[in-house]
Amino acid sequence: MTAVASTERPAASGAAERVWRLFPALLSASAFLWFLTFLPVIGAGEVVRVAWPWVPGMGIELSFLIDGLALVFALLITGIGALVLLYTASYFATHPGLWRLLILLGLFELSMLGVVLADNLILMFVFWELTTVTSFLLVGFDHEKADARAKALQALLVTLAGGLALLAGILLLGILTGTFEASALSAHSELIQDSGFYVVIVVLVLLGCFTKSAQFPFHFWLPNAMAAPTPVSAYLHSATMVKAGVYLMARLNPSLGGTDLWFWTLVLFGGVTAVLASVWALRQTDLKLALAYTTVMALGALTMMIGIGHDYALAAASAFLVVHALYKAALFLTIGILDKKAGTREVDQLGGLGRKMWATWLVAALAGLSMAGLPPFFGFISKELLYEAVVTAPAVPILVVVFAFSASAMMVAVAAAVAVKPFVGAPTKAAEKAGEPPFGMWIGPAILAGLGLVLGVLPAFTGSFFVLPTALSIAGQPVEAKVALWHGINLPLILSILTIATGVVIYLKLSAIRGALAGAEARGIWDAERGYDWSLANLKRFAAWQTDAIQTGRVTDYIFWTTASLGALLWWAIVAGGFIGVPALQALPLIEWAILGLIAFASIAVAVTHSRLIAIVGLGVVGIAIAGIFVLYGAIDVAMTQLLVETLFVVIVVVALLKLPRLRTAFAHWQKGPRWGHATLSAVVGAGVTVALLAVLETDLDRRITTFFEQESAPSAFGRNVVNVILVDFRALDTFGELAVVVIAALGAYALLRLKAERPEPKGDAR
Amino acid sequence: MEPALAILIGVIVAASLYLMLSGNMVRFLFGLVLLSNAANLVIFVGGRLTYAAPPLVPEGLYAPVGVVANALPQALVLTAIVIGFGLLAFALVLVHRAYQVLGTVEGDDMRVAEPRADKG
Repeated sequence: MTAVASTERPAASGAAERVWRLFPALLSASAFLWFLTFLPVIGAGEVVRVAWPWVPGMGIELSFLIDGLALVFALLITGIGALVLLYTASYFATHPGLWRLLILLGLFELSMLGVVLADNLILMFVFWELTTVTSFLLVGFDHEKADARAKALQALLVTLAGGLALLAGILLLGILTGTFEASALSAHSELIQDSGFYVVIVVLVLLGCFTKSAQFPFHFWLPNAMAAPTPVSAYLHSATMVKAGVYLMARLNPSLGGTDLWFWTLVLFGGVTAVLASVWALRQTDLKLALAYTTVMALGALTMMIGIGHDYALAAASAFLVVHALYKAALFLTIGILDKKAGTREVDQLGGLGRKMWATWLVAALAGLSMAGLPPFFGFISKELLYEAVVTAPAVPILVVVFAFSASAMMVAVAAAVAVKPFVGAPTKAAEKAGEPPFGMWIGPAILAGLGLVLGVLPAFTGSFFVLPTALSIAGQPVEAKVALWHGINLPLILSILTIATGVVIYLKLSAIRGALAGAEARGIWDAERGYDWSLANLKRFAAWQTDAIQTGRVTDYIFWTTASLGALLWWAIVAGGFIGVPALQALPLIEWAILGLIAFASIAVAVTHSRLIAIVGLGVVGIAIAGIFVLYGAIDVAMTQLLVETLFVVIVVVALLKLPRLRTAFAHWQKGPRWGHATLSAVVGAGVTVALLAVLETDLDRRITTFFEQESAPSAFGRNVVNVILVDFRALDTFGELAVVVIAALGAYALLRLKAERPEPKGDAR
Repeated sequence: MEPALAILIGVIVAASLYLMLSGNMVRFLFGLVLLSNAANLVIFVGGRLTYAAPPLVPEGLYAPVGVVANALPQALVLTAIVIGFGLLAFALVLVHRAYQVLGTVEGDDMRVAEPRADKG
């Protein structure tokens, strides 16, 4: 609490501050107006693209593109953003975290704009992950609640996992086609679809899209994200962020779409998601949760439409995209008002609010009618397009009609449950203290709901400026679709009438249906979230197992695996490089044979002896014999140093060993017999060193540096012993560093020796 | 001489690894000594060997006469010997100190940083 108190003072209620808190909404509204100026250009079927170099070496540009799809998204993001920011300023008027929320929402808005405007897929991915991060912070806004934190983490993990897959998919696309620009990819669609990587790319990209857009079986994070404050849910988790996956599928449809794989994957996952989500929506008693499930349904329907992919399907997707964002954000904000004014979102505790909150009811009714798809609302147009699309689907029309029809009918019932049920009937206890919200909270949803009506009665405008340009971007070519309220009496109209009738019946039987669904849920059906919990628990168990297996706490294990890895790497390099060759051994003078033999014998003696005297003598012999080699081959100074150090070393070791345990105790384990495994490993690595060194000796030596030292040491440095000149003149700093190392080692050793010897109490672990 | 030395280096490395693998810190130290020697020889041999011709500039001349031993690896080895000695002296004191405090020179019994799990 103290941390919060220090950073978030109760909102100052000064007049200036009250004006300032409207500023973010104003900014967003200006952006909305700016994007509106693009409408004529985009309506004419053109695109606007700007680009700056960013990482030119890797083909990554800061490139942005506005076409129909991007513009519709940008308008939704900035427009709904402005209204949500306005609503938030009123909804959280006295909350100490108001500014944190406003700033996070603003950051999210920028990230989301980046996702839809970026043409470069790498740039898009950066923004994509930024929306994930801001979503995490927003879902966990009530960070003092463990539940909110857990759900924020869940949303983060699910979408991040998908994001990783998406990145891999994008990289494959880029490597395959040589470009990361989404606008340039469609020209390569044949190359992509004929390559062996096509299936992998589709799976990876769709994993990213499905997790982000909450498709079955990854849908569970979205309802859980309702732990966020209501304005956040309205904005991120219905209108914008969760549509990022849909957006990307639409964006890549010209490059990846048009195949059987694309069709079946999107239609089946989208259809199943839509139907299951609408059933779950019926089950909910918390109105906000019910709306969350209808969002999942909408995302499923959009996915299915993109999968079907002919002109009417894409027009239907484009229309539904807009209409859903409008009515769903309005309804979410309305639920927020109910929650605030009546103190509950439970459908059973709400009733009879219509008299005291008629203005709110008006908004809810407008949005609800659009959601139910009644004429003359935009929702009706969108549903007509949807039905037109499914009845003309190129494959399995019956199946997609069933998907679309059952989902739509259940939507009617949920719309009624949200927009009718709380306002009619006998006033409940919650209704007694209810009243109209302040203007700032009402105006946002009112505009959104009103737009659903306005766009519906102006189908020609809506069609030519929003629906068709968007569908064009998704298709990659102009589409033919009639956007109108009246198509004559045809199959889609009959389906619409049937839908509404069925929806009303479901609404009337809602209590019974809910009871039955609750019973089924209690028996443990449909619990995809269990998969998440299972994965998370097993990931932790695996991490624990792996840590136990690798970090045994036994030094011998660590040394063993380090040595074994070294050997494996060494031999891999040798074999891969083809460095194995048999050297010609020249005849050597007897003295050299004697020295070599002596060193080998002494080394092995040190390794196998269990007498410390023999070991020390062996080490001394090795050191002095090596000094002999140095003498023979012209390294006088090295030999002198080696002799000096060797002498010192033997003296020090002899003194030190007097203080260490007696040999027989120290080497007690030796009596168990030789360690053949260790001996083999050592021999293999040793042989590797030999072979590698022989390979090095086969190459030509570059003597340029040596030649320079030889030529310069007398004229420039006035020294006749080239080695000495290198050490004290050319590379004097190295020598200085070497001295520093020795001094530090000496200081360290001195400190260790001077420390008072104290034996800690044995804790049972140090025996 | 070079191929023969390469084989000898392999033998020294094998002996030193065998010592280091034992887990006894005193033997580990012995292995470290052998390994430093082997490393020095690798550098020395890598610069190629020239028999009995130290890199000296005769009086009155400005460069060595004829083919002399490669001076560069010699300088490197010289540095390496001294550093190796510093490392060794410090490691020796460390082992001594560990024995004073923990009462053992067996690496596997030094479990202060990573105590045994309850089950183990």
